[in-house]
Amino acid sequence: MKEGMSLIVKTVARWVVGFIFLYGIYITAEGHLGPGGGFSGGIILACSYILILIAYGRRFASRNLDWRIARIMAGVAALSFLALAMLGMIFETGGNAHFFDNLIRKNLPGTAFHLFSGGNIPLLNLALAILVLASVFTAFVLLAAVRFWETRGKKFFSSLEDGP
Amino acid sequence: MIIYFLILLLFAVGLYGLLSQRNLVKLIISMSILECAADLLLIAAGWRANGSAPVIAAGQDAGQFALSSVDPLPQAMVLVSIAIGLALLLLLTAIALRLYHEYGTYDIGEIRRLRG
Amino acid sequence: MSSSLLPYFLMIPAGLGFLIPLLGRSRIRPADTLAALGTGLLLALSLFTLGKTGKHLVGGWPQPIGITLALDPLSSLMLTLIAGLGLCASIFSIRALDRHTGRSHYYSLFLLMIAGMNGVALTRDLFNLYVFLELASISSYALVAFSAEAEDLEAGFKYAILSGLGSIFILLGIAVVYLCYGTVNLPQLAERLALAPAGELINFSLILLLAGFCIKAGLIPFHFWLPDAHPAAPAPVSAMLSGILIKALGLYALARLLFNVYDLSPGLGRLLLGLGALSMIGGVLLAIGQNDFKRMLAYHSISQIGYIALAFGLGTPLGIMAGIYHLVNHAAFKSLLFLSAGAVEYRTGTRDLNELGGLRARMPVTSAASLVGSLSIAGVPPLNGFFSKLLIIFACVQAGRQGLAAAAVIVSILTLASFMKVQRAAFFGPLKDKWTGLKEVPFSMQLSLFLLMAACLALSLLVLPGLREQFLNSAQAVLSAGIMPAGGSR
Repeated sequence: MKEGMSLIVKTVARWVVGFIFLYGIYITAEGHLGPGGGFSGGIILACSYILILIAYGRRFASRNLDWRIARIMAGVAALSFLALAMLGMIFETGGNAHFFDNLIRKNLPGTAFHLFSGGNIPLLNLALAILVLASVFTAFVLLAAVRFWETRGKKFFSSLEDGP
Repeated sequence: MIIYFLILLLFAVGLYGLLSQRNLVKLIISMSILECAADLLLIAAGWRANGSAPVIAAGQDAGQFALSSVDPLPQAMVLVSIAIGLALLLLLTAIALRLYHEYGTYDIGEIRRLRG
Repeated sequence: MSSSLLPYFLMIPAGLGFLIPLLGRSRIRPADTLAALGTGLLLALSLFTLGKTGKHLVGGWPQPIGITLALDPLSSLMLTLIAGLGLCASIFSIRALDRHTGRSHYYSLFLLMIAGMNGVALTRDLFNLYVFLELASISSYALVAFSAEAEDLEAGFKYAILSGLGSIFILLGIAVVYLCYGTVNLPQLAERLALAPAGELINFSLILLLAGFCIKAGLIPFHFWLPDAHPAAPAPVSAMLSGILIKALGLYALARLLFNVYDLSPGLGRLLLGLGALSMIGGVLLAIGQNDFKRMLAYHSISQIGYIALAFGLGTPLGIMAGIYHLVNHAAFKSLLFLSAGAVEYRTGTRDLNELGGLRARMPVTSAASLVGSLSIAGVPPLNGFFSKLLIIFACVQAGRQGLAAAAVIVSILTLASFMKVQRAAFFGPLKDKWTGLKEVPFSMQLSLFLLMAACLALSLLVLPGLREQFLNSAQAVLSAGIMPAGGSR
């Protein structure tokens, strides 16, 4: 049984998906120096997964890309984002304790306009990119699953209501 | 000045769509158009004629740079607003799909069970 | 000391909200336990900060540049209300969710909604306010549609579209403000607005913000989402929506902007007065004909929100204090009423008043809770609703608006009539045959009903002179002090 789109689409998708993913990583990593950042990078990363999902069809995607892992990744990324924001609250005291304090930059300033100069901003970007990647991908898979439910019975959809 | 009229036009298109359309998907599209209008107004608020992109390069004087670049704050705001819009869009789409499931139609005229 | 505590009001609910979906199921039921513990911790923190002032600079950036979180008596009062209702609602949720799936997602959204409301209460940055407002709103859209029955989905969609329109108005208002004044920091904005000549654009931004926040508050020309959304949500969520969400996102934010940033002009006060009077009268007239228990309560919410807006619109110190007092009281008794309606629905499976009858014999605690709530909302002494309504009427007379005072009295009588109908139809009278096998609701539900009943009785003590100065007058002073100073403690 044929699944997904035509052979041309599948082949081109296979070729470009790596580049899209790489570009997403680039946008994320460069976010504290130039245009970019966690949200834009994460959306581009998610696009590479969504391209696979569209080109190869839902069943290939549900076999090879697990949205449950994506959901756990989203939760862990969100928690690590909050933990990074808390760093300044935990390790500083009194009037110096600030939420979202850039503690790493204070201690390891680095050279301006070089890769390691943003303190915790690249780390926040990384956590945000993983969060956006995982949650947008999960949302897309679940929206695609609604039609799956119509055709294949309630099995798939009810599994996601049980929780992890 | 013309940009504000165009934004107003976009806003009016979105509002018209929200008020006149009976299809759930078209309502969602109207919401997105309205959001675009608000985002564009924010971007226009930071615009400056012949301004450079708000990314400072090595060796540039910060004071000099601030005089020539566009305002970066609205751009940051718009990014946040786009993220919020994405969340709303996904939620509305999910609800619309489930509604289609329950009623077999996207027409709000046929869906209406609540009185208002 | 209290200033370094402020981020925890955002951290605790947001962190738990992200943590809960990661945990599995086990015998200690981590989702329920963590939600109740988290809201309890928030309540302890907010009681500790009650009446204090403080300021926290996010990221260590100085005042007009970075986002500032600031605490003053009014915001600490809001934080206490949010945490208190959150605790009662999460205790109630433990059993109320028995028929729903996806418990961990429910608590996740619930806690994120609390984080959003806390953020709205604390922030001193207009755009940050919008972000937290959307966090709370989007969580509440999902919670309204949570049961995923046909009607709930429809109500959720309607709520999301209409309230989303309100959010867009607010965002446009912020864009216009930024376009004209180049700042979104509230104290700096207030300073620049006071210096700037009154022009059309200041009014344009004001109208956009007013429309947006009135949609969020559910005042009458903008109320269409409210009577659908509140009944559709699960009972603890409708208690939160009606008890605190429409106030924190609508009235509190509106009052903060109008009094402390735009420096309420008499014309603006009259506008608020008109909207309040319209909602007060219209809400109760629409409520009288309803047979759906929760839908009727939703219309009464519109009416009571009208009282608060009316009191704020008077602009006198007594009026503002009465409005804040009624806001606190309404949070207690309306959530009590919604939870007791939820308890009735939990056992009987219906909200139709005509089908119920004589439940007092079978569900004594629920019916006592509903009676306390009804008498309180109708303004019967010695319950809390009486004192705040009396203060509102005094404030109207004092401001020379006898007509509005008379309207407030008449609406109060109509409210009493409407709730007497409920009591007669649902709780008193002969027990219908099909309800003979009914049992009282489980202990956790009774506990939260007891807590709110105690709150309804205890809050009437706030009218006593010593307590009134400490809690209500200090909060009122925040609003009537006019525009907020840039460098001050708030």
